[in-house]
Formats: sequence, C-alpha cells, structure tokens
Amino acid sequence: MRAADDVPEWRVNSADPASREGVVASLWRARDLIGYFALRDLRVRYKQAALGVVWVLLQPIASVALFTLVFRRVANISSQGIAYPLFALVGMTVWLYFSTAVVRGSEVLVESPDLITKVSFPRIAAPAAAMLAPLADFAVSFVLVIVLFAYYSVTPSWRLLATPIWLVLVVLAALGVALWLSALNVKYRDVRHAMGPLVQLWLFASPVAYPSSLLSGWKELAIAVNPMTGLIGLARWSVLGTPWPGWPLAVSLASLAAIMGSGLVYFRRAERAFADVI
Amino acid sequence: MDLIQFERVSKRYVIGQRMNAREAVAQATSRLLRRGASPSSELWSIKDVSFSVRDGEALGIVGRNGAGKSTILKILAGITAPTSGSSRTRGRVAALLEVGTGFHPELTGRENIYLNGAILGMSRRDITLRFAQIVDFSGVDRFLDTPVKRYSSGMYLRLAFAVAAHLEPDVLVVDEILAVGDAEFQRKCIGRMHEAEAEGRTLVFVSHDLDSLTKICQRSLWLEGGEIRDSGPTPTIVRDYLNSGLAPAERGHGLAITSGPITVAAVRVRPDSTVAGGADAALMFGDQLRVEIEFDVSAETPGLDLAVMVTTGSGVRVLDELLSEQSITRFTPGSYRVEVLIPPLLNAGDYSIGLWFGTPHEEFLAEPAAAMFSVHGGDPTRPDRIVAAKLPFAVHRLASINVVD
Ligand SMILES: Nc1ncnc2c1ncn2[C@@H]1O[C@H](COP(=O)(O)OP(=O)(O)OP(=O)(O)O)[C@@H](O)[C@H]1O
Ligand SMILES: [Mg+2]
Repeated sequence: MRAADDVPEWRVNSADPASREGVVASLWRARDLIGYFALRDLRVRYKQAALGVVWVLLQPIASVALFTLVFRRVANISSQGIAYPLFALVGMTVWLYFSTAVVRGSEVLVESPDLITKVSFPRIAAPAAAMLAPLADFAVSFVLVIVLFAYYSVTPSWRLLATPIWLVLVVLAALGVALWLSALNVKYRDVRHAMGPLVQLWLFASPVAYPSSLLSGWKELAIAVNPMTGLIGLARWSVLGTPWPGWPLAVSLASLAAIMGSGLVYFRRAERAFADVI
Repeated sequence: MDLIQFERVSKRYVIGQRMNAREAVAQATSRLLRRGASPSSELWSIKDVSFSVRDGEALGIVGRNGAGKSTILKILAGITAPTSGSSRTRGRVAALLEVGTGFHPELTGRENIYLNGAILGMSRRDITLRFAQIVDFSGVDRFLDTPVKRYSSGMYLRLAFAVAAHLEPDVLVVDEILAVGDAEFQRKCIGRMHEAEAEGRTLVFVSHDLDSLTKICQRSLWLEGGEIRDSGPTPTIVRDYLNSGLAPAERGHGLAITSGPITVAAVRVRPDSTVAGGADAALMFGDQLRVEIEFDVSAETPGLDLAVMVTTGSGVRVLDELLSEQSITRFTPGSYRVEVLIPPLLNAGDYSIGLWFGTPHEEFLAEPAAAMFSVHGGDPTRPDRIVAAKLPFAVHRLASINVVD
C-alpha cells in the first residue's frame, strides 16, 4: 500500500493514438535498455569471432583495393586531388557503417518475436540500439584512415573537428531507413530477401568509389536525393579537405529529414500491431 | 485506490494477418475490385471486458484455452493495444508472460541479468542494487561468468526467474509461467507470488493451477469466449468454473475442444465395467473409476504427450498423471481413445477431470475442467479427507516401551 501523496500518473492503453507516450519520452525511458541492447550486439559480434577486429578491417581494405584497381587503374576516375585509396577509404568507412547499421536495424525486431509478444518496452529502442554497435566497427576502420594519412603524409585540418556533426547525421540517416525497414519486416518478411540487392544498388548510387562532382545537371540532383551523397561529401570535406559539397548537401539533408520523419510516423503507426502480426 | 481500470475493452484479431508482399498486393487489388475485406477472418479475443483492481489486491483470472486471458494481460502490460475501450494502469507494471525473454545464449549469466532486467523495465541502478539478491536467489553464482548457452535448462530457468522475482513493480502480472520447469521451480514461483501478495503488491494472476490461484487471489474473474462470465471470491468462482465442465450434459459427452493439432471429442468417467451395475451406473465410493478420453490428432506431432488430472471441487489437485511416465507412445494422425483407471481412492464429493496435451516444447491444451463427476456414498462423518486409501495398519503388541531421551 502507498501513501496517498505519491500516487503515480495513469498510463493509458487505448485505441486512441493520442494517448501514447511521445517518441522522445519513450527513448528517454528506454535509455538503459538501449545501452544493454547495444552492448549485447557488441559482445555477440566480437565474442563469436576470435578474429573480430581483423574481419572488421578486412572488408574496407578489400573493397578499397578492388576499387583502386577498377576505378582508378582501369577507369581512371578522378578523386578530387586526393590519393585515390584514401579518397575511397573515407567513403567506404562511412558507407560500411551506414549499410551495417541499416541491415542490423532491419532485422532487430523480427529476430526475437518473444521480445515483441511477451514484454512491453518502447519498441523504438530496438532499431535505435542497432545503430550503436556498428559505430565500434566504424571506429576500428577509422584507424585505417589514420594509417593512410601517415602513409601519404597528409595532415588533417581543423575541419576534422566537424566529425561528430556528420557522424550524427549519418547515424540519423541509417536510423530513418532502419525505422522503415524494421517495421516493414514485421509485416512482410520479404524485406530480408530484399536487403542484399538494396544495399548493393544503394552502394553504387552513393559516391563511395567516385566523387559526386563527376555528375552534373539533373543527374547531380538525382544522386543528391540519396542522403548518403551529401553526407559522404561532407565527411570527405571534413576529413580530406575536398571542396565543400554545396547545394547537393542541402538536397541530401532535406531527403534525410523526409526519410526520418516518414520513418518515425510509419514506425509509430505500425508498432501498435507488432505484437499481433509478428 | 485503483491501480488498474479496464473499461469496456475489446480486442479484435485478424486471422492470418501475416503475409508476404505479393499477398498484400493481391489482397489490396481484390479489395479495390470487390470493396471491403472478408469479415470471416476476424476474431474477437475479448469483448467488452471491464474490471478494476485496487492497490494491494490480488486478482485471479480463470478460463479455458482461448478464453482471452493472455489477451487481457497483454493489454494490461501495454504489449498490444485494444481495438476499443481503454486500459489504465498506475505505477510500474511488470508482466511475466514468460521467464527469460531476451536472454541471449552467447552472453554470460551476469550480462543476461542486466539485459533481461532492462527489458523488464528495471533501470541500471535498480539492477545493480538487487544484483547480489538475484544471484543469491538463482543459486548460479559459480557460473555467473559462463555464457548461458552452457547452462542446464534448470539453471537457465532459475536465473531467469530470479531476475523476474526481483522486479518489485507496483503491479505484477503473471501468466502461466508455472507451466514450465520442475516441481521445485514451480514451488519457488508460487512461494514468490505468495510473498508478493503478502507484501501488499497488486497482482493479476492467470493460472490453470486452481489450488494456487485460490491461495493467492481473493477475487477472480471467470472468462468465457472473451467475455466475463462471472466474478467474485475465488473459491466460489473456482467451484463454479470446475462444475461447468466441458459439456452441459452429465459426464461430458458433446462439446469438442480443438487446440493446435488436438481435438478432444469426449471425456467420460465411468465405474470400471468389472463392477456390477453397468457402465452408466452412478459412481460410488469404493468403485474403481475409468476415465476415457477420445481425441483426434490432425497432424504429425513428435513428442506429443498427455496428462490427466483430477481436481476436487475446491481446486485441490489430487492426481496428475503423465502418459510418458508410463510409456512412450507415438501418436500418428488419427483418432484415439485413452483410458486411465483410478483405483478406489476418492472420497465422496465433486471432482473434475483436467486434461493437458503438449510436447516438451509447446502446450496445446490445458483444460482443468474438461469433465466433472461426483462420487456418491462414502463415510459422511469424515467428509474432509480427499483420499480414502484404506491403508493397511499393522498392530504389534510390545512388552514395554523404551523411552529415549
Ligand atoms: N496474434 C494473434 N492473432 C490472431 N489471433 C490471436 C492472436 N493472439 C490470440 N489470438 C486468439 O485470441 C483468442 C484468445 O487468446 P488468448 O491467448 O488470450 O487465450 P488464453 O485465454 O490465454 O488461452 P490459454 O489458456 O491457451 O493461454 C484465441 O482464440 C487466440 O487464437
Ligand atoms: Mg494464455
């Protein structure tokens, strides 16, 4: 029994969506849970594979080597005055974070249906937490960037300080897409099969191996609709000192905001039925 | 003061809602052409259910498989939203619909305690504060830094339950978690529920174990087909519920219950035919009883097992016999009749036959009142005993008694 003066508020569960807790409040309530989900992902990732770190490094090294061979040697693509391997590596590091986070986010709800049908926690905590563990991979592969800096004797400028800004934007872009995919996956399990092709196509539509300045006119606009275009440009500006991405960045940011906003709306609407249909 | 208010809550499920994108497109197209989805695939899991629970009260919910008990708990816990009506709760609600949800096999016991605690709504501070107690309660302290995939299933359950037992919520909602685990584990669960009740915590408890339910909950709801059929003091509700039986007719012919691959067609209790008077005679004290269960198995179900229970009118379980304890039987799809002979043990009174069908991994049917029967006659001077075993006494005359001190 409790004293009359510490009566908690009613929490309402009804068909009326207005009675629900807001996004920010749910995320705040689930902050510890998000941390433990992220920790779980990290432990599982690095515990199972003894060579965890090696695997994490292998992927960017292999793709950059391949890109250098194909795009540089064969197609002789320009890299905005930067050594091509370094140019491609920065793009690849950002891209690998984005794609890993999106893929992980897309499966996080369906991988353990019991979490959805047997316990109640703010559902958004699951995709949000999925964005965190891949940051560790990102940090590890950023070491490669530093190694290449040393190799090409490049000294980064003060713009490197802008890293947290573009990194947060990349995380938000991944979260926006993950909100869509994770919620769609609950209802349509085809999403899992679509992930491979989606990530492949998205990679080629992103200026990872080439600079977006290669395109012009409506093509430049079209590719800027991909939020990763502006963000990779921004990351290269910050880390490598390439030219400021300019108006395509604005287009990319607007597109990011649209994906994030619609993703939140869709997720919030769909989450009410997660436990019923999963 | 109320901590739970359920107001005219209904929940509709659409059967077969899960589909792939192709089916979704096909359905959307046909909806465009024909207008309106086919309403036949809807199911009202609960209809217009209202009740409230006061601070410190323990409420039980009884009802057959599919009556909507779990649905009520899921709405209470906020796992799913009602289709209409509203559920309001005050304070922290912890729902145990299962123990160990979210346990990850690769993580150690320690890591899983934190993860599972957070999933159940505890903050990191809460968990750290109670960590020592949880470990102590679970008895797995030596394996705390071992991945739980190396635990025996008993250890796993104990650890999972230990976390759940230390939630200290304002409202504790428990569904049938006793269905898993060994006898000791179940005793521990029930003990913990008693403690929670004694501490004045608000409880909502769903169980087919009517004896425990009676001990823990003062008041109960009886749910039938998604609606509240009756509510009141638990002993009254349990008695009426048990007396309702499977079928309205005497000794349960009729009504079939289907659950998973099992359809129970009939449950009967008869005096064993070796007794004079024929199969339809009343059951008398001292008769050997024969329980007959007829059922269909519609699909290949490896590990299918069944149990037959006998429960007194007040909810005390006298017998609980599992087929696999006697013999391993493989049920291929088809119809079966199972007979169980009960020796002349039961005192005069009202009893119900309970049925359980399941595999080691899954429960298909748990029906504590599939049929009821009365045993007549007996010794009216000693109505309190459940079992009259007529045990042999041996009397020996001794020359003297040595008093040991
Ligand atoms: N996600 C779902 N989709 C469709 N139907 C569902 C869903 N969940 C429950 N139902 C249906 O709702 C009805 C009530 O289910 P519920 O689980 O609440 O029953 P219950 O009383 O808990 O039964 P039991 O004693 O077997 O646990 C059942 O007919 C069930 O098939
Ligand atoms: Mg249930």
